[in-house]
Amino acid sequence: MTIREIVRLLNATVCIGENRLDEEVEHAFASDLMSDVLTLKDTPMLITGLCNVQTIRTCDMATLDIIVVVRNKKVTEDMLELAEDNDMVILSCAYSMFKVCGLLYQAGIKPLF
Amino acid sequence: MHQEYTVIEGDFVNAGKASSSVKKTLKQLNVDPTIVKRVVVALYEAEVNAIAHAYGGKVLVDIESDKIKMVVADKGPGIPDIALAMQEGYSTARPEVRDMGFGAGMGLPNMQKNVDKLNVTSEVGVGTTVEMEVNF
Repeated sequence: MTIREIVRLLNATVCIGENRLDEEVEHAFASDLMSDVLTLKDTPMLITGLCNVQTIRTCDMATLDIIVVVRNKKVTEDMLELAEDNDMVILSCAYSMFKVCGLLYQAGIKPLF
Repeated sequence: MHQEYTVIEGDFVNAGKASSSVKKTLKQLNVDPTIVKRVVVALYEAEVNAIAHAYGGKVLVDIESDKIKMVVADKGPGIPDIALAMQEGYSTARPEVRDMGFGAGMGLPNMQKNVDKLNVTSEVGVGTTVEMEVNF
């Protein structure tokens, strides 16, 4: 499904990356543990409740560039700047991580393993 | 090509700046993206470790035609038992480190998985040096 469809499904806000909303997403990974994100060989969309500059830095290193921040966590200016430098998409939504994962799974987004 | 960076104790906001800069350089040099990812993930893990566990240190990077050599040398408490620290899940991280999404005892094992050569030397009360090499 496209990022635009994900935004609609999750009732999310696009914090950055408006220009990439028509891109397709196939896989997602959910974690608050950045150490876990750093072990991924693939590059899924990240669903996370960890909202700080290290979230973005970790995604940069792990070459993940689409992030869904759950539970209305505040995406800060320094996060946005770093995300912009790396042409990332950040979506923010109010739903819990469990609900976000459930909705996306039901809509056909696949897990990595 | 030689690059040097300074790592400051507890400076989580800047954790990853060295890795990010190395990533840009390797991309400019047209290094295979799979190799770039292995390099920067390993270096980032080492950088976070130096910030989280030590009192700061240096990151030294040498890019050669066929490989990259990275040294992360910190001044810090050192690692009393390196074999134990290499075990997945073993961690001495403070809550502050865990709040940043790290400290799960996965850093050193993940470095080992991503590099072709890893050498960790440490002296208690002095510091730790992590040397890594990735072939292009």
